[in-house]
Amino acid sequence: MSEPLTIGVLALQGAYDAHARVLASLGATPKLIRLPAELDGLDGLIIPGGESTTMLKSLERDGFYEALEAFVHTTPTFGTCAGAILLASDVANSTQRSFAALDMTVERNAYGRQNDSKILHEPSALPGGPLEMVFIRAPRISRAGAGLEVLATRDGDPTLVRAGHLLAATFHPELGHDTRVHQLFLDLVRQKKNE
Amino acid sequence: MADYANNGNHSGLRLKTGLAEMLKGGVIMDVMDVDQAIIAEQAGAVAVMALERVPAMIRAQGGVARMSHPTMIKAIQKAVSIPVMAKVRIGHFVEAQILEHLAVDFIDESEVLTPADELHHIDKHAFTTPFVCGAKDLGEALRRIAEGAAMIRTKGEPGTGDVIHAVKHMRKITSEMKALTVLTEQELYAAAKELRAPYELVAMVAKTGQLPVPNFSAGGIATPADAALMMQLGAQTVFVGSGIFMKEGNIRLDVHLHDSESAALFGAKVGDPFNPEERAEAESRAKAIVRAATHFNNPAILTEASEECLGAMKGLAVGMIEEADMMQNRGW
Repeated sequence: MSEPLTIGVLALQGAYDAHARVLASLGATPKLIRLPAELDGLDGLIIPGGESTTMLKSLERDGFYEALEAFVHTTPTFGTCAGAILLASDVANSTQRSFAALDMTVERNAYGRQNDSKILHEPSALPGGPLEMVFIRAPRISRAGAGLEVLATRDGDPTLVRAGHLLAATFHPELGHDTRVHQLFLDLVRQKKNE
Repeated sequence: MADYANNGNHSGLRLKTGLAEMLKGGVIMDVMDVDQAIIAEQAGAVAVMALERVPAMIRAQGGVARMSHPTMIKAIQKAVSIPVMAKVRIGHFVEAQILEHLAVDFIDESEVLTPADELHHIDKHAFTTPFVCGAKDLGEALRRIAEGAAMIRTKGEPGTGDVIHAVKHMRKITSEMKALTVLTEQELYAAAKELRAPYELVAMVAKTGQLPVPNFSAGGIATPADAALMMQLGAQTVFVGSGIFMKEGNIRLDVHLHDSESAALFGAKVGDPFNPEERAEAESRAKAIVRAATHFNNPAILTEASEECLGAMKGLAVGMIEEADMMQNRGW
């Protein structure tokens, strides 16, 4: 059996506990990341949901933003919700800084406030039945570049995209009972590690 | 109408606790106007609580404290992109209907306001908007969860800047949860009776050692060290009420910026602060407490955050307050 993968979960703020729980249930070793030096030695990283404005504030110090930007351009990273916003090349509905790792435009809080949050079950490119997608004050991918593979959608807009070593979701697989999206990420990490 | 099923259901409990998950590791700040809300957002708050008077002012001024004016809530919703919460009086379900209509992201059924019902808390299952409620012990927390609360916070003693009761309530809830985990199934029925809480919820806590919803802390948190203390004691996020925008004498720090009218009057530039020192003080406190909540286990960063924090509210020792004047005893 291959040794377990060490997956960092950015723990500045947000749903980091929930991601760590799913990772552990799938046999990976989660590590909470709060300082730039802690990025060393990770096989992959999850940037969780939360408030992207809050995370950006925490990243402003000690060269964390630059360290993370360099990391996501080379190492497998999965961004959910706020994490997807940070990975995007363009952010709309108050413009803000982002890593420009995925060629897409993400519009913040595009589906409204908390009362408009919902859970959908939609067909996807993943093996198995419909995919459960938990949307919470969700962003919308309003433009996906040609290089992005779209794995799931909501009303025609991409909700799960992959390109090279990166994966991004506008919903919260860590809050569902369906572990396929995390498994997909772990498979991607394993594949990159073996290359 | 209990709704623990969540098959795509709009009001599913999972969506409600899901938003609470997103707020973990952060600071939720009480704000009284748009200027304060923007300072909070820029400092890195995960959400703001819109209210007309922070607990310290309510305590000092007296009178009936009610839901905030809708116009004020709307202005704050327009000014920031982070979630906006607001408070309703205990049992006042019509104030809650109004806040739901305003599409606030979380409703706080709060002991800080003057209670509207001596017996009944709001049936929170009836709402799509998630609720947070205060608790002093495990029984109270589970009664609120049974009514549909999607987040629990310690009550502490609001508006004092004295953290002692937030600590007391967090330690009580934690130790009561631990105690349940060693009981046999038989003993859980008696425990439920003792706690005055539904058996199903008591059994759930006994199994996991945790509340079934996120567990935050509030009530007297005033410094970066206070925030980190509550996080180390098990709080997943902290609410800071009067600690950021208040100075001695229960007066708010002047954080306002000149608009075109006042700028002309005072010969200042539009956007300049009226009172740069006081604005800087509020900003420094907000930023330092956010940093402390993220790095709650890192004494080096907590030291830095404490150094960067300018001033602190004067505070009122809880020991000096008469039992009858304590806000935490509101609700049951």
